[in-house]
Amino acid sequence: MALLEVKDLQVSFFTPAGEVKAVGGISFSLEKGKVLGIVGESGSGKSVTAYSIMQILEKSGKIVSGSIRFQGQELVGAGEKVMKNLRGTRISMIFQDPRTSLNPTFTIGHQLMEGILLHTQRNRQQAWDRAVEMLKLVGVNEPEKRMKQYPHQLSGGMRQRIMIAMALACEPDILIADEPTTALDVTIQAQILELMQKLQKEMGMAIIMITHDLGVVAQMCDEVIVMYAGTICEQGTVEEIFYNPRHSYTRGLLRSIPTLEHSGRLRPIAGSPIDLLNMPQGCPFAPRCEDAMKICLKKRCERTAINDRHYAACWLNHKEENGGDDG
Amino acid sequence: MAENLIEVRDLKQYFPISTGWFQTKPLKAVDGVTFHIRQGETLGLVGESGCGKTTVGRTMLHLYTPTAGEIIFEGKKLMTREDIRAYRKKAAMVFQDPYSSLNPRMTVADLIAEPLDIHRLYKSRQERREKVLELMAKVGLNGEQAGRYAHEFSGGQRQRIGIARALAMEPKFVVCDEPVSALDVSIQAQVINMFTDLQEQMGLTYLFIAHDLLVVRHICDRIAVMYLGKIVESGEADELYKNPMHPYTKSLISAVPLPDPKMARQKRRLMLKGDVPSPLNAPPGCPFCTRCPYATDICREKMPEMAEVSAGHFTACHHVDQAN
Repeated sequence: MALLEVKDLQVSFFTPAGEVKAVGGISFSLEKGKVLGIVGESGSGKSVTAYSIMQILEKSGKIVSGSIRFQGQELVGAGEKVMKNLRGTRISMIFQDPRTSLNPTFTIGHQLMEGILLHTQRNRQQAWDRAVEMLKLVGVNEPEKRMKQYPHQLSGGMRQRIMIAMALACEPDILIADEPTTALDVTIQAQILELMQKLQKEMGMAIIMITHDLGVVAQMCDEVIVMYAGTICEQGTVEEIFYNPRHSYTRGLLRSIPTLEHSGRLRPIAGSPIDLLNMPQGCPFAPRCEDAMKICLKKRCERTAINDRHYAACWLNHKEENGGDDG
Repeated sequence: MAENLIEVRDLKQYFPISTGWFQTKPLKAVDGVTFHIRQGETLGLVGESGCGKTTVGRTMLHLYTPTAGEIIFEGKKLMTREDIRAYRKKAAMVFQDPYSSLNPRMTVADLIAEPLDIHRLYKSRQERREKVLELMAKVGLNGEQAGRYAHEFSGGQRQRIGIARALAMEPKFVVCDEPVSALDVSIQAQVINMFTDLQEQMGLTYLFIAHDLLVVRHICDRIAVMYLGKIVESGEADELYKNPMHPYTKSLISAVPLPDPKMARQKRRLMLKGDVPSPLNAPPGCPFCTRCPYATDICREKMPEMAEVSAGHFTACHHVDQAN
């Protein structure tokens, strides 16, 4: 049984301007000890997917349909009581901006111990020891001193380490990392990614890595999901996605980033990001796709298997079957 | 070889930080940088946050009055207010954040025409309108949207508005301060290509400030690497990538996550320990000595001089031989 299984998840935000379908029916599963990457641009629904798993969506956001199963237990509609016991202990999350996700009015120690005291049987002294141990684990120097400091006294990289320490203090089964290194400098990013890889191996947890940086995905992930406009374009192992992309959006993304070997003009994806209030009828990427066919504008392509570890939803993979339909 | 369009010599920019009643301490944001940019060339300025790269850009445009040092534009040193006024017509800036750098109460037409209004560069409303439409076409915006407000546009389009504004004066020199870092990958490539095209069409010279090394490597002819207010290495873009000499440049390049799973996993990384020290208590010697794996006593005492290691490739390190 998979550790986490998401089926046909649909999430909408009900705004004054209308219903925004942020996630439109996605399915995936996460195995124990694996790193799953979710890539996509802003507005592709990658963070909303994560927030739905944790059920920390804003008030206007609702899970419309679908199911999220954690170790066989249904989470959609399970209620706040069940979720409270899971959050922080079984499923943890780290957020993009370490500046705003720590409370400036409490010490680091207080914030680290809060979760430990709440979720485990430890007393204050044991919780303090555990917090210091976690700070050591994530490579924070002088942990005893840091425990008494406030977030503003620390650098961005240090704060992100503390976020990781907080998330891992109760040894969760799943760590959801939402753009964990986007706000950091490259040398600090390299340190944090290495730390996450090390801890993942030691503690054997599964990670969902949400990012827009294909470099981070290439380095960290076992499997990848590529999202566009709330749908999954393509999913598969990291090698399949990078070396054998079968959706034109994935191909476009890979072509548009500068690499070390290749110089000369970049080949961007044309057009502007999609307006989620006016979703096209067919494939959401069709208006920007260079190879779009008639059928792409009319009908959405179902997810099809390329091989047993690689799926894509692109009509171009069905070109032969629909030979006469082209153009 | 083309002539130098702009040159800075020993530029310093200190900001007073209050440390108590009537007491201040200088924060040395830029501490003696010297470089030149040739006509039609793109110089990349890279470094981590807080290293002073944005301050260099702003000081070069006299948005801050330099604490010390010279700026020489087209062979003439900037001295008087008139010099600076004339220079500002020829030098422009594209800002990082397309969300906060455009006034939300102004229409696109007014935003783009604002520099023209200030310098009174048109004779009639008709001419103003024509210029705005011409600029919008140049950056790939639809002229019909001239009456709209900035919030109606996506991030990529807003950055185009910012670029049109910068180009309104037909500048020779443009400082681009992280112009693509707030954009999505697919839009980033569009804007990067536009920068290259505009450079060819208008003969522009860029100072391109960025932290994304793959982007900088793509767009720049030469690169200068900054650390704590000082330039530690500079050279041709390809040369710098293939043969980084300074330990900081080495670690910076090896830290870039490559978008290729096999290469990313094989790559040997030069990991740095710790964080960048605050520029308020920068070490007296080499700025990098607190994190450098090769640091010795001399590094902590004396700032190394810039030395040419190969043609056009300069680095400031006491232990170049050892580090390589």
